[in-house]
Amino acid sequence: MKSNLHMYVMAAPLLTAFLVNAWGRSNRKIIAPMVLGALALSTLLAIIVLKQTLGSGSLSYTVGAWTPPWGIELLVDPLSALMLLLISAVSFIATFAAVPCVKRDLEDRQHIFFTLYLILIAGLMGLVLTADAFNLYVMLEITSITTYGLIALGRGRAPLSSFNYIIMGSVGASFYLLGVGYLYLLTGTLNLADIARYLPALQGSAAMATALAFILVGLWIKMAFFPLHGWLPRAYSDAPDGAGVLIAPLMTKVTIYLMVRLMLTFQSPEFLLMSMDVRTLVIWVAAIGIICASSLALAQRNLKQMLTYIIIAEVGYMVGGAWLANDQGLTGALLHIVNDALMTLCLFLAAVAISYRTGGLGFDRLKGLYRRMPWTMAFFTVGAFSMIGIPPTCGFFSKWYLLLGGIEAGQWEFVVALIFSSLVNAVLFFRIIELAYFSRPEEGASSEHLPLERQEAPWSMLTPLAVTAGLLIVVGLGTGPLVDNVIRLMIPVAF
Amino acid sequence: MTPIVSIWPLAAILVSLLGALPILLANRQPNLRESWTILIALVKLTIVASLLPGVLAGNSYIFTIAQVIPGVPIELRVDALGMIFALVASCLWLFTSIYSIGYMRALSEHAQTRYYASFAVAISATLGVAFAGNLLTMYLFYEVLSLSTYPLVTHEQNAEARASGRKYLTYILGTSIGLALPAMLITYSVAGTLDFTTGGILAGKASPDLLALLVILFLFGFAKAGLMPFHGWLPAAMVAPTPVSSFLHGVAVVKAGVFAIFRIIFDILGPETLQSADLGSLITYIASVTILVASMVALTQDSMKRRLAYSTIGQLAYMVLGAGMLSATGMLGGVMHLAMHAFGKITLFFCAGAIYVATKKKNISQMDGLGRRMPITYFAFFLGSLSIIGMPPMGGFISKWSLLLGAVEGDQLILIIVLLISSFLNAAYFFPIVYRGFFVPAKEGEAEGISEAPLFCLVPLSLTALISLALFFYPDTLLKLARMALGL
Amino acid sequence: MEGIVAEIMAKYNYWIYVVLMMIGFYAMIGKRNLVKKLLGMNIFQTSIILFFVSTGAKKGGSIPILDKQAALQGAVDVNLVVNPLPHVLMLTAIVVGVSVTGVALAVMLRIYRKYGTLEEDEILHKIETE
Repeated sequence: MKSNLHMYVMAAPLLTAFLVNAWGRSNRKIIAPMVLGALALSTLLAIIVLKQTLGSGSLSYTVGAWTPPWGIELLVDPLSALMLLLISAVSFIATFAAVPCVKRDLEDRQHIFFTLYLILIAGLMGLVLTADAFNLYVMLEITSITTYGLIALGRGRAPLSSFNYIIMGSVGASFYLLGVGYLYLLTGTLNLADIARYLPALQGSAAMATALAFILVGLWIKMAFFPLHGWLPRAYSDAPDGAGVLIAPLMTKVTIYLMVRLMLTFQSPEFLLMSMDVRTLVIWVAAIGIICASSLALAQRNLKQMLTYIIIAEVGYMVGGAWLANDQGLTGALLHIVNDALMTLCLFLAAVAISYRTGGLGFDRLKGLYRRMPWTMAFFTVGAFSMIGIPPTCGFFSKWYLLLGGIEAGQWEFVVALIFSSLVNAVLFFRIIELAYFSRPEEGASSEHLPLERQEAPWSMLTPLAVTAGLLIVVGLGTGPLVDNVIRLMIPVAF
Repeated sequence: MTPIVSIWPLAAILVSLLGALPILLANRQPNLRESWTILIALVKLTIVASLLPGVLAGNSYIFTIAQVIPGVPIELRVDALGMIFALVASCLWLFTSIYSIGYMRALSEHAQTRYYASFAVAISATLGVAFAGNLLTMYLFYEVLSLSTYPLVTHEQNAEARASGRKYLTYILGTSIGLALPAMLITYSVAGTLDFTTGGILAGKASPDLLALLVILFLFGFAKAGLMPFHGWLPAAMVAPTPVSSFLHGVAVVKAGVFAIFRIIFDILGPETLQSADLGSLITYIASVTILVASMVALTQDSMKRRLAYSTIGQLAYMVLGAGMLSATGMLGGVMHLAMHAFGKITLFFCAGAIYVATKKKNISQMDGLGRRMPITYFAFFLGSLSIIGMPPMGGFISKWSLLLGAVEGDQLILIIVLLISSFLNAAYFFPIVYRGFFVPAKEGEAEGISEAPLFCLVPLSLTALISLALFFYPDTLLKLARMALGL
Repeated sequence: MEGIVAEIMAKYNYWIYVVLMMIGFYAMIGKRNLVKKLLGMNIFQTSIILFFVSTGAKKGGSIPILDKQAALQGAVDVNLVVNPLPHVLMLTAIVVGVSVTGVALAVMLRIYRKYGTLEEDEILHKIETE
């Protein structure tokens, strides 16, 4: 069906970005309302788009009226509509917490920050919408460049972390571009659906395998799939708090979505996954990655850095799940994209709220925190339970599908890795819960900067945190309808 | 059985879950807070009891909360087996709430609001386990139960309590995520469902090897049942305040583990399937080892609560043993023992707490001559220990007799010997306590000024002892429920 | 030997891009100076641009500006016209590359202002001793 509604979901933050830059410089007070307004509009439109796609299949918009396969097509089906909603909702919620952080950290550069912030969101939406392989590259770079900028705005060693990310990110993008070049040589088209049409004829060609390998490695670098994850921990933990709450939940997840999307678009599993050996290899790497990243998380003594390693472990969950290439595994991977975005959002919101009040996230600062910030810690605990995978929070259900996929595919190493990581997560989070709830701050050496009186996070941070924590349970209990009505629809019978 | 859609099972669970809120809000008014607790306990017991006639008449009540996984909704279903557990738990929660007031106030404990709120969540989860209609739902509530009892174990907030809390979680979460979860997934991928069905869902679908694997994963995965070697958390959890030990680590939490194993054996794996794969002996041997070792370790413990903890580990294994016999009499004995042991053991824990409140003494070697100062407490303790040992005229006799009969019927000489030795050991670790209390004179000046614990402590422990006695004479309802649960 | 040379000569454009790519890659990974890393990145990107552009080229092909009449009548021999699409794509890619370089330079400037050096080892040393 032809429609341009989904175009506006993306246009709202994009256009507002320029307005914020133009007007926000002189009048800082209007920045927050403008950003929130744009994102609220996006979220509303995304809900409508999702409803429409559920009713009538996919909606398509051709940019500049050039018809595909020559022109760029913006395509939205139920799954990408779900991602669109996820991106707009997560960024809408995150913005509430980002505003006070940015006000404090980047007083006179707020308009710059939010310009980049909005373009990043628009870029993420573009990634989900585009049906054109080259356009995908451009969107990938739009999100990356804005992220480089946002991270570099952080304190301490942030510029260096950002620079390392630039180098790695560019390698990733270049690999992707190279892969697209090969695909174009082989098929003569850049429209993804069109490429998929030519693929069966090319089965077994070495050039084809090279093309897909380049594309995959490029995406893996961008999503920090182990062992290509080196850039992520520092980049994410050095990013300013206001950017972290947006980047951490969304960036890796959207890239993983792209990988799954390509796998689904290119349809037959035997084809994209080349051979059983390659598939098994990737799953092994994912399993090893999960175990290594979880173990590294154990070594961290700072909440935010610990969370970044958990993000890397979760990337392994989703990549491994997708490469199981069976119904359950793909369902699990897609469901986990949604769930992990919400869980990470919840935990980062809590982390940001804590650092807003205590000025840091070293473990010694968390002692007895429950007395100061009971609500923040309560919601943090919900997020932690979801990460561990305790029902009825949503983290449990996606893990259920992933494990089931692993069992059905007979990939026990993946099952073991998932369970190991759940157990490590339990250790990680209960260590923090123990510090926050059951350690008395006077035991610590650094007690002088931890007054005992109640000092809860501001409402603008607490409310989104509460909403996200609630969503974790609501989405968990709504797993059935979500899987049946949206995710399963998109998994071809071949899997 | 006729399933009736009913909101009441959910209400029974939610009462105490939502009840945690007014408890939290009444933080600064102890009287109001504790009135709430008792009111909620009463309402809960009433709701559960109101479902009893229907269940006895052969109905089951179902309520679907959410659709989550194809073929496996989050669903509540009240049947006979669940009813036994729910009745025992909600009845004893009431007594524990009353007892808590006496205990916590007498010792001026800190963080009482957190204590009562966590308690309320824990009992909700316990009922959830009892009323779960399928394995997934049970797992859900089982985990909630683990988490809600964690703050109770770490209640003291000192280094020892934190270490115990860590140990508790390591064992309980470690096994449930590491063993029970994969077992559940394998079951689902083989059977395509997780509904509790009399006779099991795996008949003819799983090879004997797979069944053996599942048995082991499930038995140890639900580590709340305390089967060795995954029992270490229970003695460690004794650092919690005594009402927690008595209710949660004498009844709700540990029984949730055993109950889960019952469900697995009766309604998931299926006794007949297990029988045909000849896996009954695997279960009974694991249980036998635990029974004997735990009883012997109990003998060596001087701390009263630790001795009771090891006794509990042994008695829990009795129930698993009964279920593992896979014969009607044996399984009946196991199910009955779940209820009988609950009333007996909670009495013993209440008594231990009452002694602590009155004397601040934790070790048995210091308890000489206390019986004369605290006759009611000690008499109740005596009754409770009789029930655990399995002597008439106490409820425990009925279940242990049934277990013994089951072993005889099954011609399992080893089990008969295990049961007899263990009963002897039970007597050996309980009677000295009573003997010291009544017949060994107190050391000079030590017993001065000691009298019975406050009434809030004394009344509940007398009542549970009396109920334990009454269950010997009126076991009919329980027996009927147990028979229905086993489909006899 | 001759066979290999012939093979290389036949696809010399690919070999050039591969060599350039490796040089860039080495600079990005092996060099400890941030400016050199950035230069390596630029070489890397350029090699890919070169690759794309060369794929559109044809022996004897002319610029893709067509006579409308001839095109409508189908009288254009596509073998005599260079494929314009890769070139157009690379215009965009060049823009992307320039943007990334711009951001990287700006970030580098901040690093220099903060640490007074662009040698990675020295920067890390300064961070540790901070």
